[in-house]
Amino acid sequence: MRALDGVTLAIGRGEFFTLLGPSGCGKTTLLRCIAGFETPDSGRILLDGRDITQDPPHRRRVNTVFQSYALFPPSDRRPDIAFGLEMLGRPRAEVQERVARMLALVQLEALADRRPEALSGGQQQRVALARALAPQPAVLLLDEPLSALDRKLRREMQSELKRLQTETGITFVFVTHDQEEALAMSDRVGVMAEGRLLQVGTPRDIYDRPATRFVADFIGETNFLPAMAGDGLVRLRSGEVVAASPLAGPVTVAIRPEQIRLVPAEEEGVLAATLEGATYLGTDSLLRLRLRDGSSVIARLPSVPGTDAAPPPGSLVGLRPVPGAVQVLAE
Amino acid sequence: MRRRSRARAGWLLSAPALLVLLVGAVGPLLVVLLYSFLTRGDYGGVRLPFSLEGWFRVFLRRDIFDGTVSLNTDHLSIFWRSIWLSLTTTLVTFVLGLPTAWFIATRPERSRPLWLFLITIPFWTNLLIRTFAILEVIRNEGLINTVLMRLGLISAPIQILFTDWATLIGMTYVYLPFMVLPLYAAIDRFDRRLLEAGYDLYADRWRVLRRVILPLIRPGIVAGCILVFIPALGAYVTPRVLGGGTNMMIGNFIELQFGQGRNWPLGSALAVTLLIAVMGALLLYLRATTPKGGHDG
Amino acid sequence: MAETPPPPPVRRRTFSATTLPGFAAVAVTVFVALYLPIATLVVFSFNAANSMSDWGGFSLRWYEAAWANRAVQEAAGRSLLIATIASLASTVLATLAALGTTRQGPFRGRMAIWGAINTPLMVPEIVTGVALLILFGTVRAWTGYQGLGYLVLAHTAFCIPFAYLPIRARLERMDRLLELAAADLYASPRRAFLRITLPLLMPGVLAGAMLAFVISLDDVIITEFVKSAGQDTLPTYMLGQFRRTLTPEVNAIATALLGLTLVLLTAFFLITRRRG
Repeated sequence: MRALDGVTLAIGRGEFFTLLGPSGCGKTTLLRCIAGFETPDSGRILLDGRDITQDPPHRRRVNTVFQSYALFPPSDRRPDIAFGLEMLGRPRAEVQERVARMLALVQLEALADRRPEALSGGQQQRVALARALAPQPAVLLLDEPLSALDRKLRREMQSELKRLQTETGITFVFVTHDQEEALAMSDRVGVMAEGRLLQVGTPRDIYDRPATRFVADFIGETNFLPAMAGDGLVRLRSGEVVAASPLAGPVTVAIRPEQIRLVPAEEEGVLAATLEGATYLGTDSLLRLRLRDGSSVIARLPSVPGTDAAPPPGSLVGLRPVPGAVQVLAE
Repeated sequence: MRRRSRARAGWLLSAPALLVLLVGAVGPLLVVLLYSFLTRGDYGGVRLPFSLEGWFRVFLRRDIFDGTVSLNTDHLSIFWRSIWLSLTTTLVTFVLGLPTAWFIATRPERSRPLWLFLITIPFWTNLLIRTFAILEVIRNEGLINTVLMRLGLISAPIQILFTDWATLIGMTYVYLPFMVLPLYAAIDRFDRRLLEAGYDLYADRWRVLRRVILPLIRPGIVAGCILVFIPALGAYVTPRVLGGGTNMMIGNFIELQFGQGRNWPLGSALAVTLLIAVMGALLLYLRATTPKGGHDG
Repeated sequence: MAETPPPPPVRRRTFSATTLPGFAAVAVTVFVALYLPIATLVVFSFNAANSMSDWGGFSLRWYEAAWANRAVQEAAGRSLLIATIASLASTVLATLAALGTTRQGPFRGRMAIWGAINTPLMVPEIVTGVALLILFGTVRAWTGYQGLGYLVLAHTAFCIPFAYLPIRARLERMDRLLELAAADLYASPRRAFLRITLPLLMPGVLAGAMLAFVISLDDVIITEFVKSAGQDTLPTYMLGQFRRTLTPEVNAIATALLGLTLVLLTAFFLITRRRG
């Protein structure tokens, strides 16, 4: 198997682009190729139209925020943040001014001189960010930088990253296996699996119109129902028409649980289902339902105070997907 | 291509060190091997032609008058003393070293580094100084005899110095830290809960020691024994200072051939013999510590 | 209100799984036996009397005697000179070799290099001693050179493995990611080495140099065989003294040497502990 296979991707200037995929899908390898830590066996990498495939990392205007931050130890007394600028041979005054600006940007003015061990995880994160942003790279690469933080801090840093990207206007390429993170921050997302790029699009595209079953499954929860397409229509095995499609032959229908409405069973053109059970989750309830063709469906209904969202188990109900909710995926 | 350039960088960076080692450590060994096959010079040194006389003399002797060949019992007794003293030293250091290592390993976390440091100081202290310290304790006017005589326990000093006992005491003293440190490392590594499991299964303390502890720290025991036995076998300073001129070990005997003996081929052959013995012991060590596969690892 | 008498103290004996009968007693005896001879040696170096068994009061006369002794002065100077040069040279060589054998990944011949570097640890000193006696004797006869070079070369050679081990250990534990991070921030390989790798390696280099210094300072056997006439170091000078009537002056020299070793060792431990 190849770590990366036939990946073609164009990232726009000033874009917040996220590479999303399970571990081992090749997203980090792709990032390392862009940074210059690895050289692809074939293919090219262009930066502002210039071929940088063979350039060593220190000749690329690309900086990385590492997963483990990789802050320099205190044996090097000068702060990390000045490192890149010094290596680029910038004059002292400019270095100092930019370091101060960076510290302000990541809101760390007070902590500039602490040793890495004395900083908290979130603070180390900010130093790593400031260090990589200071030389004003053309592209900033972020390799799962939030994975070491706890949930609350991660949320905070997500909006922080988005703010930094907007303020600096630098192209961000962000790698993560966390779909929520990807959807929350990105202008566009590229979903990867087994070294291939499966789909590239805005978060909304990816969520609402997944190109493959893998993408639909990896991002959010989805009901997959076997169906048959023909004569421009898609029918479930029990015969109900659920969508229109030019495809023919067996297909899979994908419907998000929260995009299903519960209606009376007698209504016209609904999917008849039996309620098998419900779980109350606070903000909403999960309903386990069985269709007439035997396949099971999960629906997510928002909670209403004081009332039970779900009828008693065993009830016959009708399901109506909201407009545009039904995705037809070729087998 | 890439692999070859890596190898070249590795060799280039190592080359200066290798050059110094070649001249100052590895190369001279080959010269010794060569000398062992030459004829002895009249005033030391060697001359042509090539000869096996040096090697012949390691174990054998030829009668000056009738030319009959017999085992050289003088040489054999020196070898025997070297081996016997080294083995006994190894055994004694183990018997003393195991409780010491155990003691250090079971100290509280806070004071353990101090105990370890206390055993490390002698480890790095000049061998000559430690031998000298022992000399002052065991000589006729030394600490032991003075104290015993003052207490009236003995009327005349016990002669320890210049006997095999002196060499044995000296080597035990000098090489003890070499035994304690690997034993400590092995004891420190193993899981103490195994002891509790042993007691839980009705073993008494003696049987826990024999059936649980000793098998588990075997690598440390083997390492400690080899670290004591090898330098003991090649010992020179301790037997010279404490054993005196007549209780030679092989190291002193080698030196004698290059000094008063003026028999460089014999000395070289003896040196090669010692080297082979040491390498043999190291090989056994590697055999004993390399996992054979299977589950006894 | 009647006071209830306090319950009689119960002595609880917890079972300690790590206690073995007699072990602590043997261990304590061993520690006493290890330090008693050294302590005696040190104490009698301050003896006012010319004796190593009768205490004649405190005095520094043997230190003064040793200090004024021309032979001791020269031997001490020679010891320090050789140890300084040999430890510096062996540390530089060992650092290069450690970089060569750890940074490149496995390559053909790496085991051979490793074996050669460790040779001085495996070969008995007496064998190396006579081997160098033969080799350098021949070189002496050819070139007529009688200087300290032979000792410096021999010491450098056997110090290399001692310097090499801590440096290699440090390199193997080092996080390569920091070098990548430096390269990512526009540091050329050379500058990344100077700014990141070398400072990180320094504790290992320092530890290696210190061990090499102690090893060189302590050497007796190889020095005894390699030295030319009149090239005694402190240890070989002491060895020579054993043939004569001993005075506490030898104790004074030994104590001074012991003190120096102790200082270096303590420094070594502090360096490796704090930054390790």
